[in-house]
Amino acid sequence: MVDAVLTENMAATSRGTALRRFGRSDFRFRALTGTAALLVVVIFVGLIATLVYGAWPAIKAFGFGFLTSTAWNPVTEHFGAFSEIYGTVVSATIAMLIAFPIGIGIAIFLTELCPRSLKRPIGIAIELLAGIPSIVYGIWGLFIFAPFFQQTIQPWLIDAFANVPILSSLFAGPPFGVGIFTAGLILSIMILPFISAVTRDVFETVPHTLKEAAYAIGCTTWEVMWNVVLPYSRAGVVGGAMLALGRALGETMAVTFVIGNSHHINGSLLSPGTTISATIANEFTEALGDLYIPALIELGLVLFGITFIVLAIAQIMLYRLNRLAGGGGK
Amino acid sequence: MKPFTNRLLGLAAGIAVAFAATSTLAVDLTGAGATFPYPIYAKWAEAYKAKTGVGLNYQPIGSGGGIAQIKAKTVTFGASDKPLQLSDLQASGLTQFPTVIGGVVPVVNIPGVKAGELVLDGKTLADICIGNVKYWDDGAVKRLNPGVNLPHLAVVGVHRSDGSGTNFIFTDYLSKKSPQWASQVGAATAVDWPTGVGAKGNEGVAENVRQANGSIGYVEYAYAKQNHLAYVRMINHDGVPTEPTAAAFQAASARTDWAHAPGFYVVLTDQPGHDAWPIAGATFIIVYKNPADPNAQKEALKFFKWAYENGDSLAESLDYVALPQTTKDDVYKSWQANIVPASLP
Repeated sequence: MVDAVLTENMAATSRGTALRRFGRSDFRFRALTGTAALLVVVIFVGLIATLVYGAWPAIKAFGFGFLTSTAWNPVTEHFGAFSEIYGTVVSATIAMLIAFPIGIGIAIFLTELCPRSLKRPIGIAIELLAGIPSIVYGIWGLFIFAPFFQQTIQPWLIDAFANVPILSSLFAGPPFGVGIFTAGLILSIMILPFISAVTRDVFETVPHTLKEAAYAIGCTTWEVMWNVVLPYSRAGVVGGAMLALGRALGETMAVTFVIGNSHHINGSLLSPGTTISATIANEFTEALGDLYIPALIELGLVLFGITFIVLAIAQIMLYRLNRLAGGGGK
Repeated sequence: MKPFTNRLLGLAAGIAVAFAATSTLAVDLTGAGATFPYPIYAKWAEAYKAKTGVGLNYQPIGSGGGIAQIKAKTVTFGASDKPLQLSDLQASGLTQFPTVIGGVVPVVNIPGVKAGELVLDGKTLADICIGNVKYWDDGAVKRLNPGVNLPHLAVVGVHRSDGSGTNFIFTDYLSKKSPQWASQVGAATAVDWPTGVGAKGNEGVAENVRQANGSIGYVEYAYAKQNHLAYVRMINHDGVPTEPTAAAFQAASARTDWAHAPGFYVVLTDQPGHDAWPIAGATFIIVYKNPADPNAQKEALKFFKWAYENGDSLAESLDYVALPQTTKDDVYKSWQANIVPASLP
């Protein structure tokens, strides 16, 4: 391309001037893209600085105890983030446990097994699912899903596990309809399209020659998926899962509607709980007092920290996976 | 490429013109704060603008935001569902006055119990919310409802999870009626609820109550009225079981001695009066006694004076409760006493 332009220009100007001109535009291009990249870093540092500044009174007042205390009392201004951290992590974990296998399954079906005529409709349906605003999931969860869940599945869960040692306390009644488990289920529906859409796209990037070679030596579809496609595309799969987990951790509106918004930790998954983002969304507008707003901002900082830890774990996982595969990777 | 860029430039110019146009039309009156009175302030502003040409730019960012904005002097008035304490007002040179009354109505879902059938008093309501009363056929509830067939059904408490003036009015009432509630929980726009489920907004509380048998929650009066929820009759300060009606909320304000309340710090809960509803509260406007821009505040007070004189029917059309005349007179007196003459309407 560049050569073509060069020869074209050679007629009018000398090669030297042309090269200088291209050199200048190269420099400008680099400066432009570099600034764009730098902007992200500036925004990131600025966000952290603003959060720390806003949260400072609470950080000074509660110290590290903020992370381990379950208190949340706006009247006496005693705040702790543990029940919010617990709700955030547990609801996101439930969502991932459900959505990850199903999402991968959908992607495998779409790339390997699906008849050509169904591929596009199913693919579009999944992408549309990702486009539904979270408030719609929240309203649907509260008005349709929660009552259904309360009357059918929750009583069944409570009865079924009543005599099983650990599960009986995980699924202890009464059935409220809303609660941590309901929030996890709604979240799993919300993040499903992220996992399946991203993993489908990375599965598509696996060279056909590799797969055909595996089929040629007599591998089953399962073996091709497990031994060829997944190892080849694991970076993309982990990336999609992290994107989904990020959304599950930070999702606000839908969770606020169905989690029950209780600041007390109860061992049962069916009992109401709360998450960091739900607490902020619920209480920020009408928060009064010297420590209340800083405590809410510190919650935001904690969520930032959780997301950072999750990303770090993902990087470490990827690194170890790559090493296990003999540094082969792609 | 060219035409697209041109279109883009044209669009940008158009947007700039639109902004310029609105900023010349938009006016001197700026306020920010509570979300609860936003619909009526907007309605009043619309009617006031049609009449005088003066508009109002009110940002419903929440009471906390309203107080912060007026203290930062970025708005002419702040609005809050929770009145500021006298010490806080004095420290900042502020004064406050009520505009409309909001009422809170407990609603229940007990099979076989119709709207207005159940009667509760403040102490029992507090015991239910704390978790002392665990079943609806508890002795304390039965004693107040001799004729009602109460089932042996677990109580499920539903509360507002979002910080709100409704929470403040409700918990303030419980604090006045129950020493245990006052010491254990207290009164605020958000509190540490001992039991129950938190739901977002009036619609969230109503929906959770509708779904769960044996549940009890509380919603704003307008919401309870428009949706015909199964409300509870409350025994008021004078010991009379009261229906939640606009007249009952006005009665709560009418007997209140606003004029002698320091800094207008009044929460209309548990007020005396034979026909007064016990769980009510006004929403407040906060202004400076000696504002940096006396003219802007003069215009703002003119607006509220106009609203007091002409806005009652608009308020009622949105199911807000207008202040009784006695309270409005007290507000005028308080303006005269507290605000510099240059800012008076």
